Amino acid sequence: MTKLDQLEAQSIFIIREAYKSFKNLGMLWSIGKDSTVLLWLAKKSFFGHVPFELIHVDTGYKIPAMIAYRDQLARDLKIRLVVGQNKQALAEKRTFADGLDRLACCKELKTVALKNTLDGTGARRIYDPHRGAWEEVERGEPFNAVIVGVRSDEEGSRSKERVFSARDQKSEWDAGAQPPELWNLYKTEFAPGTHVRVHPLLDWTELNIWEYIEREKIPTIDIYYNQGDGKRYRSLGCYPCTTPVESDARNPQEIIAELISGKFRNIAERSGRAQDLDGGGTLEILRKEGYM
Amino acid sequence: MPTAPERMNIVITGHVDHGKSTLVGRLLADTHSLPEGKLDAVREMCKKNGRVFEYAFLLDALDDEQKQGITIDSARIFFKSARREYIIIDAPGHIEFLRNMLSGASRAEAAVLVIDAVEGVAENSRRHGLLLSLLGISQVVVVVNKLDAMRYDEAVFTRIKDEYAAYLAELKITPAAFVPASAREGKNLSAPAPDEMPWYRGKTVLEILDGFQNRAANDAEFFALPVQDIYRFSNDGDNRRIFAGTIVGGKITTGEAITFLPSGKTSRVKSVEVWNAPEKKSVGAGEAVGLTLSEEIYVKRGEVMIKANESAPVAVAQKIRANVIWLGAAPLTFQKKFLLKLGAAKVEARLDGIERLLGENSNSPAELRRHDCGAVVLSLSRPLALTAFADNQTLGRFVIVDNYDAVGGGIVQEVVIDQSARESFDSFAGVNQGGFEEELFALLKKYFPHRF
Ligand SMILES: Nc1nc2c(ncn2[C@@H]2O[C@H](COP(=O)(O)OP(=O)(O)OP(=O)(O)O)[C@@H](O)[C@H]2O)c(=O)[nH]1
Ligand SMILES: [Mg+2]
Repeated sequence: MTKLDQLEAQSIFIIREAYKSFKNLGMLWSIGKDSTVLLWLAKKSFFGHVPFELIHVDTGYKIPAMIAYRDQLARDLKIRLVVGQNKQALAEKRTFADGLDRLACCKELKTVALKNTLDGTGARRIYDPHRGAWEEVERGEPFNAVIVGVRSDEEGSRSKERVFSARDQKSEWDAGAQPPELWNLYKTEFAPGTHVRVHPLLDWTELNIWEYIEREKIPTIDIYYNQGDGKRYRSLGCYPCTTPVESDARNPQEIIAELISGKFRNIAERSGRAQDLDGGGTLEILRKEGYM
Repeated sequence: MPTAPERMNIVITGHVDHGKSTLVGRLLADTHSLPEGKLDAVREMCKKNGRVFEYAFLLDALDDEQKQGITIDSARIFFKSARREYIIIDAPGHIEFLRNMLSGASRAEAAVLVIDAVEGVAENSRRHGLLLSLLGISQVVVVVNKLDAMRYDEAVFTRIKDEYAAYLAELKITPAAFVPASAREGKNLSAPAPDEMPWYRGKTVLEILDGFQNRAANDAEFFALPVQDIYRFSNDGDNRRIFAGTIVGGKITTGEAITFLPSGKTSRVKSVEVWNAPEKKSVGAGEAVGLTLSEEIYVKRGEVMIKANESAPVAVAQKIRANVIWLGAAPLTFQKKFLLKLGAAKVEARLDGIERLLGENSNSPAELRRHDCGAVVLSLSRPLALTAFADNQTLGRFVIVDNYDAVGGGIVQEVVIDQSARESFDSFAGVNQGGFEEELFALLKKYFPHRF
């Protein structure tokens, strides 16, 4: 088996283990390349089916093309999609665009929104693929576990994550006190009330993701590619805090070349994300509070 | 443009403060593997906070780790050499975080064991060596570090080498090499150090890592597939009943006769199911597969599919002799019951006896305390399909869960044949309720044949 075969098999094993272990399982889906690979792996795991809901946390500041692509894909692939949002923070203008600092904005629009969407206290918009229509619900069933496509190479605290990673009642993460996790005998027994994050992509690098997209010919959103203006997004986020990079890469193959020997050989992926730059350890703080 | 198709996981182990994180940090820096600006950013941060720069800060990313200058949890670090991709797992050396060291080491195929030349062989140098042998990691390189602090004295190196080689020999580990090094000064990591250590003519640490062998895919061995789940997605008119799992050895082809253990039920492989991939007739070790069967039978997660016409060393066992590492806060005592997870199965188990502590000269201790390794006898509440670790790694290892906590792990040495096993497991209350579900399945199949 090649390394991509091994990564694929390992991720499928994890996704199947999660499906077997949790009653209310969801998969966070952010439209980006990692989420897209995750969705692909789910379809492989279940032979074309996706037997759980996909969850998108919409900050209201996502790059508009992302939202259009999201809705199109949900229609095309007949996916049940749950969209959560911190409407209150948006209404009360507690955002970076309205003068709040970046960290506080991430906390409001991502962490709080995610927490409320997962525990069912926040309103959800749901796309029903059978009726082909959206509906609003005030409250929902809590998810006891979500599959999340974070990778170890993105950031320090993610490099130390468990595959099955428990969050406490307040959805907080105690990074220093994680349980042992031996081989692939994941501990899937959790006390009632525990919320679990499942991470099938920890062993993948950004390069592996693109190599797999190329190998499998996975459709991806076109803002990852230079469309003539010499710019493309390397990592997708909110438009006030994410800038495109200068790059000529027009397809996965050219992105792979750029990552191996080209201009991004030694440039961290999240360097286009402003929230990581405000001092060290920012993402760790966000993650302890419940961010992905 | 193809990249290296190979990937290997390597764990860095050794006593606290012996320089594991420094070694990895310096290796990344010397091979230009760090993201641009990262080294300067860490240096800058140290200057701002009035601290001495440490290469270890490149890896010890958690706030508490940096404040205390210690590794708490294993980190996965990606690294490429000309030969292949690596995940370097930087484990903590402090005994308090042994569970994290184990989590990291259990994912590795090979290990670096770091010993501080100033302090010499220390308690966790030994314990980590023992755990590597328990986990079955036989590719090991020992780095005698901080030789800069000992004037690069060959005698210091030789003394430590002789002492630790003798210890590893007891564990039946033959290291690939002992390398004299200075992690902080970058000597003998990725480049040799003829000026400081002209007396050493061996390989650098990186050369030795590149020489390690990836575990051979055990395609050629006996076929075994622990059943992870059985799917029947009835939406969109999908009528397939798919047995899903990851093959842990061997190969199977459609049409072959199979047996499930422990139930002994038999059938034949009808098809290999795939999505968005070319049709397949055959699948092998390491693949996460889905199979349909010609004759529908009722089996549950945890059974192991083997070939009917192949002699496989998969035993149906209710008593095993195993080597166990105990991590629970409370000691493991006789008669204690807990959950044992092996392959895809989960079963109640109980400690029947402790034969000895591993790595120490103590016979028949009364309990295993936290961080003890012991040779033990366990009995299971119902028969399980398994192998000795030597026959198949996946079917020969297990974890122990007590009250939602993972409290230990172990390696099956052998199956204990025990006539009284049946009686002893009857003392477990309320097990073996499979009969009802099975009858129900037979009825459903009879009356709704099109659905199965
Ligand atoms: N003189 C000298 N000091 C070193 C060398 N390598 C590491 N050190 C120092 O040893 C101390 C501990 O280094 P670390 O790399 O953090 O040790 P560690 O083994 O990762 O420690 P834990 O992960 O906490 O177990 C630091 O102050 C290093 O600067 C070396 O080659 N020479
Ligand atoms: Mg360390």
